[in-house]
Amino acid sequence: MIAPKSNGQPNLATDFCGIKSPNPFWLASAPPTNSGYQIRRAFDAGWGGAVWKTLNHDPIVNVSSRYAAVDYDGRKIIGLNNIELITDRTLDVNLKEIAEVKRDYPDHALIVSLMVESKRETWHDIVKQTQDTGADGIELNFGCPHGMSERGMGAAVGQVPEYCCMIVEWVKEAAQIPVIVKLTPNITDIRLAGRAAKKGGADAVSLINTINSVMGIDLDTLAPKPAVRGKGSHGGYCGPAVKPIALNMVSQIATDPEINLPISGIGGIQAWQDAVEFMLLGSTSVQVCTAVMHYGFRIVEHLISGMTNWMAEKGFQSTTDFIGKSSPLLTNWSDLDLSYKVVAQIEPEKCINCGLCYIACEDGCHQSINIESVTEKEFLKRTPSAKDRVFTSGNNQYTHGAGDGYVNIFTINQDTCVGCNMCSLVCPVQGCIDMKEIDTGKPSMTWRQYQALLAEGKIDPIQPPEHV
Amino acid sequence: MPTRNSKPTLKQLKQNFADVHPPLTPDEAITESSRCLFCYDAPCTRACPTHIDIPSFIRKIMHKDNVGSAGTILDSNIFGGSCARVCPTEVLCEGACVDNTMLNAPVQIGKLQRFACDTAHDQSFNFYQPGPDTGQHVAIIGAGPAGLTCAHELRKKGHRATVHEARSVAGGLNTLGIAAYKITTEFALTEVDRILHLGIDLKLKSRIDGAKLAKLLDSHDAVCLAVGLGNTAPLNIPGEDHKDVMESLEFLFQTHTKPLNKCRIGKHVVVIGGGNTAIDAANAAIRLGAESVTIAYRRDKQSMPAFDHEYEFALASNVDFLFNAKPKRFMTKAGKVTGLRCTRTRLQGKGRNAKLVSVPNSDHTIPADFIVKALGQEPLLDLLKSVPKLKINRKNRIVVDQTTGATSVKNLFAAGDCQADTMEEVVNAVQRGKITAAGIHAMLTEGSPGR
Ligand SMILES: Cc1cc2nc3c(=O)[nH]c(=O)nc-3n(C[C@H](O)[C@H](O)[C@H](O)COP(=O)(O)OP(=O)(O)OC[C@H]3O[C@@H](n4cnc5c(N)ncnc54)[C@H](O)[C@@H]3O)c2cc1C
Ligand SMILES: Cc1cc2nc3c(=O)[nH]c(=O)nc-3n(C[C@H](O)[C@H](O)[C@H](O)COP(=O)(O)O)c2cc1C
Ligand code: SF4
Ligand code: SF4
Ligand code: SF4
Repeated sequence: MIAPKSNGQPNLATDFCGIKSPNPFWLASAPPTNSGYQIRRAFDAGWGGAVWKTLNHDPIVNVSSRYAAVDYDGRKIIGLNNIELITDRTLDVNLKEIAEVKRDYPDHALIVSLMVESKRETWHDIVKQTQDTGADGIELNFGCPHGMSERGMGAAVGQVPEYCCMIVEWVKEAAQIPVIVKLTPNITDIRLAGRAAKKGGADAVSLINTINSVMGIDLDTLAPKPAVRGKGSHGGYCGPAVKPIALNMVSQIATDPEINLPISGIGGIQAWQDAVEFMLLGSTSVQVCTAVMHYGFRIVEHLISGMTNWMAEKGFQSTTDFIGKSSPLLTNWSDLDLSYKVVAQIEPEKCINCGLCYIACEDGCHQSINIESVTEKEFLKRTPSAKDRVFTSGNNQYTHGAGDGYVNIFTINQDTCVGCNMCSLVCPVQGCIDMKEIDTGKPSMTWRQYQALLAEGKIDPIQPPEHV
Repeated sequence: MPTRNSKPTLKQLKQNFADVHPPLTPDEAITESSRCLFCYDAPCTRACPTHIDIPSFIRKIMHKDNVGSAGTILDSNIFGGSCARVCPTEVLCEGACVDNTMLNAPVQIGKLQRFACDTAHDQSFNFYQPGPDTGQHVAIIGAGPAGLTCAHELRKKGHRATVHEARSVAGGLNTLGIAAYKITTEFALTEVDRILHLGIDLKLKSRIDGAKLAKLLDSHDAVCLAVGLGNTAPLNIPGEDHKDVMESLEFLFQTHTKPLNKCRIGKHVVVIGGGNTAIDAANAAIRLGAESVTIAYRRDKQSMPAFDHEYEFALASNVDFLFNAKPKRFMTKAGKVTGLRCTRTRLQGKGRNAKLVSVPNSDHTIPADFIVKALGQEPLLDLLKSVPKLKINRKNRIVVDQTTGATSVKNLFAAGDCQADTMEEVVNAVQRGKITAAGIHAMLTEGSPGR
């Protein structure tokens, strides 16, 4: 914990390979950046930058319908998928609007996403036309996983490092403004694509684009979702559900010694915490699409406010104070300390007796939670704070959480608890299950060290715990 | 709040009796269902007298399996749609819900249950088939929730079930007694129909007395008494037999059996009692267009047996309460009721055993032109007394083996409000019906609990 500093408001101003923006929050190249009208609204709402919806010489033709979502137990859109293509407006109209927006918003970052067929002259032409607008940078869309890839563009380029490198070289021949390569996650090792971008001369990378996906099947019509006259196609997956995948890829790129490029982090960002996490793992700016498609531009206010307050609390003056700060803590499994041990501990005064921890541990983990059914009276005696849960009605007394005369009380068997976290993850009450470090009395030892000691015959093999 | 004026139209009266808990829309149901934590050995399920697997039926709603959800409910409680409407959920499932602790608001279990049952109902699913015929025949006396549940359970096991009902409609108090703004007569009857659909033989207008009961015991393999309770107790004070002094069940029945503008009511109504029936009668009186309604209760507020939520509801409906008022006589003048004469009381001592003493010289009259008596329901003592060797307790309830429903008489069982040690609610009647059916089935198949 860093002590809060009192001098001055944290400053969110961002410098991304020479591209300046008032804050690190950019709109990703997607429907929210389709037109000048939208981007003006976004900048007015507070977005620091925007990546214009991907351009091509000729507008594409889209299908309808185009999107499908994963809802989870009553919560809408934890994941979104689309089979939309790049811009459906003409190049002239887009370029004219880009120039006007840049003229009217000189301090905001305006980057233009591009994707054309793999011909050197074609790339040279569109890059030149784009930079004539005054745009701050170019983003190469090597990521779109559907439609465009069938035509040899998008992910078809991003998945083959040699193509990726070659096209970046062509672009760099014509470009005078920074070139960002947007990476596809639909690849076995994203570092290969990142290295190719670096080799081709990219100034930065952005990631991730959408993940290849089939969203589901409509159980009435048996057609895939989204459906186009009863048929569907695989599409690109994004939204809150993809964040962990994106974070892993961002950190892989950020820590690869061969790449070493500024990163614009993308994928599932919807709250300020998400943005901070991307930055702690090495992103200089972040880009958002789904959350804006869901709630509109207005969410940027929450992103700015949350990040600013967190920075003030942590004593960070500028974003560069914390960018990449968590990267060194993300290591390999073999470097984790085998002697470290935590066990779960339930705070009885907070427990609401729902039993979720018990059944999770009993059926899914390590059978380390005891269940004890006690009478209401006994429960109230043991748990003084539970008096708040007693109420009367008519001539009788009742207790919330009791039924059939008893209350279930849960305790951890700390001798067998393996410290997996599961119970604390399912517990609905904040701070009710604490994972507490216990002293194993053993010196710190990683798996790597353990293997070495074993090989040298200096240690006996670690035995499995007795109860398993 | 109900509309009140001197001459409400039938339409206004119907509005007054509209659902107090309107149904959830599909969207509301999905949203509400997602609030359930899916507790293990869930307190709500334990607090439900029929032990409906509540988290399971809620999760099925969330996953859009309404038919499966209704199945889960009806497996435990064949009156699931009625209970969803009439249960005092505040002190049962919803009172136990753990969300009360964290969020100060329980999952709306009753409304979700109604949603599931109604949706499945609309798709008219037959959830149950009779079991293969066992050749055994059981007579059930009383077509209330207890009797019908018992019959339904026995039919599922393949026994023949004949239900004798004294009235011309089935469903007992669930159809006729419960506040009409909680459950409509039509819905109660629809649910009864679905239960009967299993092939239950219902004989309406078939009142059973001691002699007939003896015959039924002879001609059937078992008999179940599920006759409920009778009308509420008389006060035995002067003026009681006036036509504008009405017994509460008769008063409430009319809201189910007559057009609302034909129901008997006055302008200024006093209801005597402090239980849930008194509250129901007062709420009904207000909704029937009475200008003022006062509940007169002889003890203090703390002693009132009515549920707190029912009390609050009556207050919100503009019912006045007068505590520590003990009725002494019904005042009449020129053949008309003019008021209720009461004596002030106070409690000596604490708790339920506190002694009620009259305050000297404290008589006063509450003006009224119509009075409803709503003391507790009395047992059907004549019938019970006419059964030789039938053991009844001090409160004149039938003594049964709590695990089988068997009475002191061979092959005679009992279930519901008429039995000892139960709570007078539909959901408890259903549970008692289930327990007794299981007891009868065990006797018929293994010869166990009969004596
Ligand atoms: C005014 C009032 C409001 C209520 N409100 C609620 C409420 O909101 N929620 C709730 O859960 N519970 C409520 N209750 C209680 C609930 O209605 C009863 O607990 C439940 O109906 C009992 O079921 P039962 O089958 O035991 O008896 P009953 O429902 O009383 O049924 C008994 C049946 O037996 C018949 N019968 C009686 N004698 C004979 C005979 N000799 N021969 C043939 N048939 C006979 C009767 O006609 C009746 O149909 C209320 C009760 C009252 C009085
Ligand atoms: C409907 C839709 C269209 C998209 N179109 C483009 C595009 O034209 N160019 C591009 O580089 N990325 C495109 N994307 C990908 C987004 O820019 C972004 O990389 C991805 O959605 C992940 O971010 P998110 O989780 O915040 O949505 C599109 C995404 C969506 C949902
Ligand atoms: S940490 Fe894991 S093993 Fe320990 S009690 Fe919780 S769920 Fe069980
Ligand atoms: S999950 Fe949490 S609240 Fe629920 S029983 Fe376990 S410790 Fe208590
Ligand atoms: S107690 Fe509440 S949260 Fe838990 S299962 Fe029941 S309804 Fe759901």
